[in-house]
Amino acid sequence: MNATTDATPQTLLSMRRISKRFGATQALSDVSLDAYAGHVLALIGENGAGKSTLMKILSGAHKPDSGEMLLNGQPFLPAGPHAARTAGVAIVYQELNLAPDLSVEDNVMLGMEQSRFGCVRTTAQRKQVSAALDLLGHPQLTPDRRVGGLSIGAQQLVEIARALVSNARVVVFDEPTSSLPQQDVKRLFEIIRRLQSQGIAIIYISHFLEEIREVADQYLVLRDGQMAGAGRLTDSSDANIVSLMVGRDVDTLFPEVPHSVGEPVLRVAELTGRKSPQSVSFEVRKGEIFGLFGLVGAGRTETLRHVFGLDRAVAGSVTVNGRLYPPRPSARIQSGLGYVSEDRKGEGLAQALSIEDNLTLSRLKPYAKVGLLGWKNRRQTARQWMQQLRVKALHPGQTVGKLSGGNQQKIAIARILHQQAEILLLDEPTRGIDVGTKADIYRLMGELAAAGKTIIFVSSYVPELMAVCDTIGVMSKGRLLDVRSVSQWTETDILSVAISS
Amino acid sequence: MRAEVESISMSGDQEEGSTRWWSFLQSLGPLLALVIVTLGFAMADQYWGEGHFSELRNVRVILVQAAPVAVAALGMTLIIISGGIDLSAGTASALCATVLASLLASECSGSFAVAMTLLAGAACGLTNGLLIGLLRIPPFIVTLGTMTIFLGIGKRIAGGSTVFVPSPPDWLPSLVATMPPDWFGWIPNIASGVWLAVGIAILVAVVLHYTVLGRHLFAIGSNESTAVLCGVNILKTKVIVYALAGLLIGIAGIYSFSQGKMANPVEGIGRELKFIAAVVIGGGSLSGGRGSVLGTLAGAAIMGVISSGCAQLEVKNSTQDIMIGTIIIAAVTLDQFRIRRANLD
Repeated sequence: MNATTDATPQTLLSMRRISKRFGATQALSDVSLDAYAGHVLALIGENGAGKSTLMKILSGAHKPDSGEMLLNGQPFLPAGPHAARTAGVAIVYQELNLAPDLSVEDNVMLGMEQSRFGCVRTTAQRKQVSAALDLLGHPQLTPDRRVGGLSIGAQQLVEIARALVSNARVVVFDEPTSSLPQQDVKRLFEIIRRLQSQGIAIIYISHFLEEIREVADQYLVLRDGQMAGAGRLTDSSDANIVSLMVGRDVDTLFPEVPHSVGEPVLRVAELTGRKSPQSVSFEVRKGEIFGLFGLVGAGRTETLRHVFGLDRAVAGSVTVNGRLYPPRPSARIQSGLGYVSEDRKGEGLAQALSIEDNLTLSRLKPYAKVGLLGWKNRRQTARQWMQQLRVKALHPGQTVGKLSGGNQQKIAIARILHQQAEILLLDEPTRGIDVGTKADIYRLMGELAAAGKTIIFVSSYVPELMAVCDTIGVMSKGRLLDVRSVSQWTETDILSVAISS
Repeated sequence: MRAEVESISMSGDQEEGSTRWWSFLQSLGPLLALVIVTLGFAMADQYWGEGHFSELRNVRVILVQAAPVAVAALGMTLIIISGGIDLSAGTASALCATVLASLLASECSGSFAVAMTLLAGAACGLTNGLLIGLLRIPPFIVTLGTMTIFLGIGKRIAGGSTVFVPSPPDWLPSLVATMPPDWFGWIPNIASGVWLAVGIAILVAVVLHYTVLGRHLFAIGSNESTAVLCGVNILKTKVIVYALAGLLIGIAGIYSFSQGKMANPVEGIGRELKFIAAVVIGGGSLSGGRGSVLGTLAGAAIMGVISSGCAQLEVKNSTQDIMIGTIIIAAVTLDQFRIRRANLD
């Protein structure tokens, strides 16, 4: 990183040649990072590039295999998150870690309670909390409010207040805007500038380039656990940074597979759930790849879950090839739908079961003879799918949990292909997987569409939607606001519809 | 590219052989523990005891005592694999024994009484399954409730005292006879109840590994959301598994009646913990998704060996309890250690 042009910025945090390995995956190799007082460093990279591992090492949640860290020039190797926090490193996580039933004050001081003889020193503590909240300047934030009743944006500020009371010198923001409405984003940026002026070093993790340009001074790009590039934002173009992130030409990442679009096969009308979706209507045609974009919480996942019958709809209908089916996954599977969950660990796959078990679970009938299951056929089928989708695994009996994210995703997709789904509902299928596998999945989607399958592709990453889809719909707050064919959209159009309310 | 794919699958076959062999070895862990515990007692008995432990007669006693625990624990294995638990198994088995005893006492035919007993067991399980599936209350809570309910029903049937049956049909006591007749020269003369338990174990193993139901149980236990997503009917599967387990508990009730030609509903209190212990010693995971027939059988046998061995050595009952408790903790610790190691690979 070249910072010598600046008027001698003070290096607060320095991470040197950090490496970390989890089993067979090298999560980080030789990554170095410098954060300067009063500066904002953007940490950029795709999901799975190693950003969160690096931050977990900084917070003491993981130990590095090699490399060293210096905080204020002193060697720094926190034993755990609490040690890191007392040393002056605070992290504001994407998923908020708050106790919803406690008050704002209790949350802010959790683990840092000021006490004398085991009793909380209420007045001293209140003073400290109030000072922090004043700096944040949000009307909803008073020390006695119950945190569970606050908006997401205000909850995030509680996390920031936590960083402030611990006298943090380095504050990390982990994709802070991914779930925020527009006005809260503006407020957040103001707060970041205020922290900056107090001489705090800020690390800002995001993959929205526009945001990064607005708040950050320097950038560091990670790809597959390695440093792909670093420098000053004013010195590099967007295209430059994107190619550093992706590591290859856009053409080879998104292989174009020609496919043609036919008659409508799936019709969703006025679909309404308890909270979201809100009266969502659209139709998807045979051989079409239909993209669904929105920020976190926009209701894309909920829409897919309702279409698949996982959640009960309050109103509206889902018609497949002109027929209605009962709102149960088993019936929807019969209608030709297949769903790949965004949450591979929690829902998508049974991590402790074997590849063949996961792959065939949704369609075991063909293997049952007189009620008894044949193992050989199942193993054979699993092996065929593994070869077809180029799954890297030892054998079909291997536990799914031991595969990499990308290979797990291929098994999840193989399952709905094996269950002979004609309409594939793919929820963030490329999240958290390596670039090579991403390209595989994009190509597979194209090939499936060319073979007459229909795909609904939910994603938070606009470039992949623009490259792969025929049609894109944009959701916000549970509503489907706009559906256009891909040629009618620009990246900025999509974003501005997504953040409009 | 083709060459690459082939090379992957080639090396895969070799690896496959070795990991399968390894996982087979690991499944033998509880059996190994059984062998060690048995050898330990046999040697201790040679030194300090009267050397009766390793006599064939004592082996028969151990098997006959372990059989009812094993049968009920097999049902518990199914439930635990599906991620559930059945705390009512103990009082339900005593309830079944009470039903059998009172029917026989009122001069019903033996086969009718046994049929009703099995029905009672299945009904207990069905109740648990329906409550868990329909009310969506955790199995722990539901069966905590039905545990007491079954105890109450049993007491009502028994009329507040032990039900004696002076002369039940001969084949009932012979289920658990310690000196069974010599049927065929080439089959060791072990009580019919032990053979029945072996037969049931084979059936349960078939259900677990060669039926759709078995796959669904493992899937629900290891990740219920995934099972839902794959269109598995959770309610139906749960009701079936609890009812099946109930049937096995009914059989365990028949054994327990046969051992003393009497039944008392209060005897069932705490018995469920033995069943659960057998599953856990055998490598079953209380968080679901794991458990094996062979392991559970070994678990039941280990407890049988310990109680018999301690009796032979005239070790106090209290020491026995402490030993079994220690083995449970040791088994789970070893298992966790193994899983952690496996996850590091």
